Order: sequence, then C-alpha cells, then structure tokens
Amino acid sequence: MMHHLIILPILLPLLSGLLMLVKRDSVVLPRRAIALVSTATLLAISAVLVVQSDSGEITYYALGDWQPPFGIILVLDRLSALMVCLTSFLALGSVAYACAGDDRKGSNFHGLFQLQLMGINGAFLTGDIFNLFVFFEVLLIASYSLLMHGGGKDRTQAGFHYVALNLAGSAMFLIALGVLYGTTGTLNMVDMSQKVATLDPSRLGLLKAGAFLLLVVFGLKAAILPLYFWLPRAYSSAPAPVAALFAIMTKVGVYAILRIYTLIFGDSAGELANFVQPWLWWFALATLALGGVGVLSARDLRSQVAYLIIISVGTLLVGVSMSREAPFAALLYYMIHTTLATGGLFLLADAISEQRGKAGARIVSGRGVTQPALLGLFYFVGAMTVVGLPPLSGAIGKVLLLDSALPSEQPWLWSLLLLSSLAGLIAMSRSGSAVFWKATRGDEEGPRLKVAMLAGLILLIGASPVMSILAGPITRFTDASATQLLDHSAYVEAILSHNVAGGDS
Amino acid sequence: MEALYATVTGFLAASGLYLALRGRTFPVVVGLTLLSYAVNLFLFSTGGLTTNGAAVIQEGVSYYADPLPQALVLTAIVIGFAMTAFSVILAMRVRGDLGSDQVNDQREESKEDKS
Repeated sequence: MMHHLIILPILLPLLSGLLMLVKRDSVVLPRRAIALVSTATLLAISAVLVVQSDSGEITYYALGDWQPPFGIILVLDRLSALMVCLTSFLALGSVAYACAGDDRKGSNFHGLFQLQLMGINGAFLTGDIFNLFVFFEVLLIASYSLLMHGGGKDRTQAGFHYVALNLAGSAMFLIALGVLYGTTGTLNMVDMSQKVATLDPSRLGLLKAGAFLLLVVFGLKAAILPLYFWLPRAYSSAPAPVAALFAIMTKVGVYAILRIYTLIFGDSAGELANFVQPWLWWFALATLALGGVGVLSARDLRSQVAYLIIISVGTLLVGVSMSREAPFAALLYYMIHTTLATGGLFLLADAISEQRGKAGARIVSGRGVTQPALLGLFYFVGAMTVVGLPPLSGAIGKVLLLDSALPSEQPWLWSLLLLSSLAGLIAMSRSGSAVFWKATRGDEEGPRLKVAMLAGLILLIGASPVMSILAGPITRFTDASATQLLDHSAYVEAILSHNVAGGDS
Repeated sequence: MEALYATVTGFLAASGLYLALRGRTFPVVVGLTLLSYAVNLFLFSTGGLTTNGAAVIQEGVSYYADPLPQALVLTAIVIGFAMTAFSVILAMRVRGDLGSDQVNDQREESKEDKS
C-alpha cells in the first residue's frame, strides 16, 4: 500500500478536478470543500512521502508494471518529495485565500486549480523525459485558463503573449526530445544518463545541440534573462491566488534544469559532463542584476513582486550552475523560502489593493488601508524575509548560498546577490512607506480581511519565521537531498538494477 | 527520401516561425500550428525512416519500424490539437475584448507615449 503512495499526488488532484467538472455551475460551497479537503490531504500525503524519502532510499513506481528503462516511471527521492510537499503547502494557502471570493469571479476556478496541481506534481515526480513534457503541458493548459480567470482586457493581452510563447516553447521542447531520443535511443532519464556517457563521439554534437535546446525551453519556464519578458506582465495581471500558485511555476523550470543537468549531463556524462553550467552561471548572474533593476523600476506592488521572483530565479540558477553539494543544499532551502514568501506577497498585494479602493496596488500615496496594523505587520514580515534580513528565512538561505561560493566565484556572486538584495530592500521600503505611511486616513468602514484571506496570508507569510525556527531540521534534509542528487550511481542502482530480475513492484 | 523529408520539415518550420513572428493574432496562430506540424514530422522521423516496417513484434517478421516515435507523435498531435483550439478561442477573445487583432496593444503604447 505504501508503495502506491507515490502516484497519489497526481491521482488525487485529477480525481477532485474531474469531480468538479460534474455540474459546473452548481453552488460554490461544495466545490470549496472539495478543493480544501483535497489540497489538505495532498499536503498530508506529501508529508508522508518526505518522511519516506528521508530514509535515503530512491524508490520508483512503474506505471502498468512496465519496468524501466522501457516503461514510464515515477521516481521518489528527497528532492522530488520536497518539491511536491512545497507545492501542496503553497496550494493550500492559495486555495484558502481564493475561498474568500476570488473563486466566484469566473467559472470552475477550483477544478482548474486542482488540474494544475496535478501537472506540477507530475512534473516533479516523473522519471521519464517525455512524460515530463506531458506534465508540462498539463500544468500549462491549466495555467492558461487560470491566468484568464475573471477576465479583463489586461489579462487577455497578457494571456495571449503567455500562450503564444509557451506554445513555441513546447515545440522546441519536442524538437529537443526528438534529438535526445534519436541519439540515445531512450527516454528514461537514468538510462539516458548511462547512454550519454558511452555515446559514439560523432553524435556528441547533435546531442549537445539537443541539450542546449532543452536548456532554452527550461529557461523560458524558469524566466532567465533573455527569456523572462513575459513574466512581469503575466504574473502581475493574474488573479492573486493564481499568481501565488504561479510562484512555483518558475521553480518547475529551475527544478527541471537541476534534475536534467545533474542526472543526465552531470559528472557522469563523460565528455559532456557539466557543459551547460558555465553558460548558466553568466545568464543567472545577469538575471540577478536585471531583476534588481526591475524591482526598482516597478510602479505597482504586483509587478514589484514579479521582479522579486526574477531575482529569486537568478539566485537559484546561480546555485544550480555551481554544481556542488553545498550550493545545492543552500538553493533548496532558499527555494522553499522564496516560493512561499513571493506567493504570500502576491496575496498581500491583492489584499492591500482591495482595501485601498481606487489607488489599488499602485505604489502611490493615496487612501490608507482599512486595517493598517494587521496588513502592515504582514508586509513588514514579508518584505524582511524576501529581501533577506535576519532573523527570517531569506537571510539564512542567502547566507548559506554566499558561504558556499568558492573564492573564484565570490566576487561575482557576492556583489550581485548583495546588490540585488539592496535593490529589493530600497524598493520594498519605498513602496511600504508610500502605501502605509504616506496614506491619508483609511476609511473605517472599508472592506476588511475575510477569515479565508487571513488564513492564506498566515500560512504563506507566517511560514518564514517558522522556517527560521526549524532551520536545523530543514537544512539537514536539504543537505541530504543535495548529497543524494549528486550520487549518480545510487539512481542507476535503484532504477536499473531491478529490470533483469523482473522487478519487485 | 531523407533529403526530401528533411527539406519539407525544415520548410514547414521556417514558414511557421515566420508567421508566428507576425503582428496579428491570426497569422501567429497559423504559424504556431505549422510549427507544431513540423515538430510532429520531425519527432516521427527520430527513430529513423523506414517503409513497410512492422511496428508490433510478430512471428516471421524481421523488418521493424521503431514504434516509440509513433506513440510519441500521437501524444504530441493530441496535445497540439488541444493547444491550437485553445489559442484560436483566445485569439477571438483578444479581438472581442480589445477591439483589435494586434498581438501588442497599439492603443496602450500610444497612451504611454502621451503620459
């Protein structure tokens, strides 16, 4: 029974998503109940998966009992368990916030939300590279509709750009997969990593082109420098709970880069070992720098948070490109922190704009919010953690990453990471003082935070202090994940050694 | 056969890319569709081109085509079909909501120029 647990993070959202397709225009209450129960169950399941993966064993689930390398498999290791758990936690916060009324603004919000969760979880769990494409498409098509949820001119325009870019991205993804399959003859990631190491030298060039193309595709999803221009507009026009969930979408791209370029093209890849990392290093640093400029230029709270996401993507990918145990451990901790913090800030920006009336989320002095003390506290904690001031989780993540740099990497990483944090600090203090201090007295009678919104905000922004308190156990887990990720032979042993005996699943 | 196949695929991809870079929504949708056709053809050929090869193992047959790309291309076609349908509807929505079929909203840019 425990063995089948691996597939539940995909099946559960699928089932609840399908359930909500029945009687689409029915009353909203049962749908909220289904969504909340399903997401909470998902969180419980993923917590069990994290505990299960913490034994250090890499387990796989062979769909239809077709053994690897031929069948599609789902792989559970520390990293994938961690990502699934992070997704369900973020989703719980967003669903709770959406229950305050955002889910009524368009049709079938909760159903699409669950299907998107299915796609994200699938992308984290799969061990087959074509299956990764399929789950990317599942999460994308759900995100297309969610982005447009509630309608409006701005959303339609941003939505079309987002869809067109991602369709082109999917086409490139398929070309890259075709090249990889044509040269290695397999789609299983672990099997491919073995084939890559022993490939005929005359085909290396083709394989390398395919691998670079794949980097472009993942870079588009993760929003690294030349490919991020869609992000600020799409994220800042999306409805708040959707934007909060989108905070994990860029991390799907980062995760895919981390997985593919350490497992398949990592240390074990012979001639192609770690060949993208030098490229990634410079692009990630440039992303970091431009995110800092962007966050200063933002005129709206939402696009400010969108640029904070770009800074975080730059930070994460710098960690990926260092390709060692210590940076990996640091970036995994930072990934948990930044996903929850930026997700929480999107929710907060929406709560602020609702209470400010006409001034909305624009960074101008105007009418104050109805509950300045409460929202101000949330803003203070959220801003502190996202720019990385101690004692909150952002500081821990950034210090771990700075500490893991080699002397040769320090000048670039330290200066750019610290400067972009400074830019974030300036921008967040400026917008905070404009919104909370320069405001005229707020209307006492104005809209107040609903319980559901409060719950979502507490879950996501409150996670940061909790992460500082629990930093010990979390860093122990991320350290172990980084070690496991770089231990290539463990994956080969766990996944490919069974197929001779016929497997035991 | 390989040369002809490669030329056709390349030409389709080039036409698709050209159209996808146009400024109006309809050519963009058609361009993305052509691009996905080219990708499907490319994917189909990744196992090598064979004619009259059996895809499923049978007794007495020794000449096989690689069945995996066929399965992949089937998946890709289905997904591509759904995406095309979605983007057509979205393009119509853009036309309805914004009153223009420009990919980039012209009015907004002129408004920003004035301010």
